[in-house]
Amino acid sequence: MLLIKNGRVVDPANDLDLITDLWVADGHIAALGADLHKQADQVIDASGFIVCPGLIDMHVHLREPGEEWKEDIESGSRAAVAGGVTSICCMPNTGPHIDHAGIARQIIERSRQVGLCHVHPIGAVSKNLEGKTLTEMRELSRHGCVAFSDDGMPIWHAGVMRKALEYAASFDFLIIQHAEEQMLTKGGAMNEGWISTQLGVTGMPSEGEDSMIARDIMLAKRADARYHVAHISTEGGVELVRQARAKGLKVTTEAAPHHFALTEEAVLGYNADAKMSPPLRTEADRLAVINGLRDGTIEVIATDHAPHHDDDKQCGLSCAAFGIVGLETLLPLALELERSGVLTLSALIATMTCNPARLLKLNSGTLSVGAEADICIFDPKETWLLDRNKLFSKGKNTPWHGKTMTGRVTHTLKAGAVVFSHGVLHA
Amino acid sequence: MKGIKHLFGIAGMSREQINYLIDLGDSFTEVNRRSIKKAPTLRGKTIINLFFENSTRTRTSFEIAGKRLSGDVINISASTSATSKGETLLDTARTLAAMQPHVLVIRHSLAGTCEFLAEHLENCAIVNAGDGAHEHPTQILTDLLTLKQPWGSPEGKVITMVGDIAHSRVARSHLLAAKIMGYQMRIVAPKTLLPSQVERYGCEVFHDFDEALPGSDAIYMLRVQTERLTDNCCFPSIREYHEAYGLNMKRLKSAGSDCLVMHPGPMNRGVEITSDVADSVQSRVLAQVDMGVAVRMAVLAALCGGGDEA
Repeated sequence: MLLIKNGRVVDPANDLDLITDLWVADGHIAALGADLHKQADQVIDASGFIVCPGLIDMHVHLREPGEEWKEDIESGSRAAVAGGVTSICCMPNTGPHIDHAGIARQIIERSRQVGLCHVHPIGAVSKNLEGKTLTEMRELSRHGCVAFSDDGMPIWHAGVMRKALEYAASFDFLIIQHAEEQMLTKGGAMNEGWISTQLGVTGMPSEGEDSMIARDIMLAKRADARYHVAHISTEGGVELVRQARAKGLKVTTEAAPHHFALTEEAVLGYNADAKMSPPLRTEADRLAVINGLRDGTIEVIATDHAPHHDDDKQCGLSCAAFGIVGLETLLPLALELERSGVLTLSALIATMTCNPARLLKLNSGTLSVGAEADICIFDPKETWLLDRNKLFSKGKNTPWHGKTMTGRVTHTLKAGAVVFSHGVLHA
Repeated sequence: MKGIKHLFGIAGMSREQINYLIDLGDSFTEVNRRSIKKAPTLRGKTIINLFFENSTRTRTSFEIAGKRLSGDVINISASTSATSKGETLLDTARTLAAMQPHVLVIRHSLAGTCEFLAEHLENCAIVNAGDGAHEHPTQILTDLLTLKQPWGSPEGKVITMVGDIAHSRVARSHLLAAKIMGYQMRIVAPKTLLPSQVERYGCEVFHDFDEALPGSDAIYMLRVQTERLTDNCCFPSIREYHEAYGLNMKRLKSAGSDCLVMHPGPMNRGVEITSDVADSVQSRVLAQVDMGVAVRMAVLAALCGGGDEA
C-alpha cells in the first residue's frame, strides 16, 4: 500500500480541497484521511505539495504513426507524465489517419506497451481528413475513439459538417472542430493586425475563426449536437460560445496555455516558435480567453501539443510549421491563472481533469475511492528554468526556452505506480 | 366511390374511405386466386400508366390489376414518352388526356406532380403511384390490406419503420395513415436520414434500433439507396449502416415471434435486411406484393365507379 502523506488534496470532481493523506492499493484509490492506521509499504511525503488527479490533455498530436521523427507514442507519453498528465487524447492527423479502427487499436496497443499514460485516440470525422465522406464513427467508438475531429483540417463544407454533427448526435458522440475558414486565412503565418503589417507577413484574421464557429453553432443547434471548439483564441469566438451556452446549446470549448499566456508580440523577431494555428492574437483576445475561463465559458485547458522537428521550424517564419509543444509546460502556465486570481485552484484543476473527462465520458480525472490511481503531485511554488534541450518530447519547439516557470510536477502516478518523480522517468 | 375523384395521397382521406378500399381490395383477392383471373368490372375503361421513374412492382401491379378487371391498360415510361424529345410534362399529360382515358396512373420524381396535373386536366381520374418524397398511397393501402388478415384492425398496433425516412414517400404516407387509422409509428434512423421536425407527425423517434424493437407489432424496413448514403454523407458505409440499422435475426427475435416483417421492395439483402429475416415465416414481403394487385384493382374500380358491383 502506498501512502501520499500530508498533501493538499484537490479533487474537483468531489468538491474536495483539504490537507490529508491519500492511500493507494492495487492500483486504485483506497482511502482518504489522516490517521487511518494502515500499513504503508511506500510513503511519498507531499507536505507543501498539491495532490490532484492525473491531468487529462484532450488535445495532443503524437505523430505516430507516420511522423515518428517529430514525436512518437513513447516520447509523447514521457513528455505527458513529466508534465503530470496521465491521459492524453491524440488527434487523427497521423499517417495513416485515425479514420479506421485498426489505427485506433494500433495506437492504444502501442501506448499500453509503453505503459506510461493512457492514450485515447480521437477519430477522424471524415475519411482521409478530406471533409467529404464520414468515417465509421460507431466502429471507431467501439475501438476506443473518445471523440471525433479533423483537427488541422477544418471541416469547411457546411453540408458535410451538418451531416457530421447530425450523425454524431444520433449516437451522442462529440465533434471537435478546428475552426478556421481557410478562404480567409490562406497563406497566413500569424494573426492579422498591426504586428503582421509591420513584419510584412501575411496574417490570419480573427474572422477566419469566428465565422466558422458561428456557422458551426447554427448547425449544432439544428442537429442538437455536442460541438466542441478546439483551441479557441479570439474575443469574438469566446463570445459566440458564451451566447450559445446561454441558450442551452451543447457547445463547449478549450483554451491552450499559449492563448492565455502570450500575444502576437511573441512573434516579433520572426520567432517561428511562436507560430501556431490558430495564431497568438491580440491582448484583447488574450484577456477574452482569460475571461472565458473565469466565467466557465471555456471549461477545458488543453495544450494542442504539436511537436515538430527543427527542420520544419528553422526555415523562416512564413515557411515554418504551425504548432508548439505543450505537455511539459501545461501545469506551470495554467497555475498562473490561479496565482493571478482568475480561477481557484480547484476550478483550475477541474479544467484539466473532471471537465474533459465529462466531455469525453472517461472514468478518470478524479480521486474518488475506487477510481484508478492516476495522480499528479506538484510543488506550486518551485521555480525552474525551462531548457528546450531537457524536454522529454522529441519536439523542442517552445517559445518558453530560457524562461522561468513556477510550479513543478514532483510525482506522476499511473494506476498506482510512480511513473515519474523529481525529473526522472520510471518505466 | 363517394367523394373521391382522384387518389393523390393518404392526406385528406377518411377512415371510412381507407377501409372501403381495403375491404374492396380484400374482395378482389378472390379473383386473383381463380384459375381464370378475370372480372368485367373495368370493361370499356382505359387506364394509362404514366411512369417517369423506374418501377417494377408498382407499374406491373397496376397493369395486372387493370387487366384482371377487363380494362384496357397502356404503359408509358419516361424513356418511351415524348418528354425525352423535349415535350413538357404538362403537354405530355394533356396529349394523353385528349385520348380520353378514364384513369391516369402517374409516378414522378417531383413531389406534387399529381396535384399539378389535375389542375390542368379534366374528365380523367388521377392516381398517385408515387411522387418524389411526398406520398405513395396505394403502398399504404397495400400494407394495411396485408395486415388485415393477421391483425383485423391496425388500431393500437405499433409499426416500427427503419431507414431513409427523409427521402421516403412510403414513410410520409404511413405517418399520415397512422393518425387516421389509429396505429402508432416508430421511426428509426440517424438524424442524417430524418426529415425536419418529423416528430410532429405524432410518431416516436429513435436513433437506436435496438431500443425500438420491444413492443413492435411490425418492423417495416425501407430500402437503402446506397448512392444517397455515401454521396450526401448520410452514412459512412453500408457496413456501418447494416450494423446499426440492418434487421437481422437477433433483432427480430428481440422484437418477438409475433412481430411481422415488411418491406416495400426492392430489398437489398445484407444491407437493410438479412436473407434469413427476409425469408422467415414472419416476413410478409411477398404477401405485400400479392395484396398490392388486389388493392390497385380496388382503387381503379372505385375511381371508375365500378367497385360496388365487383
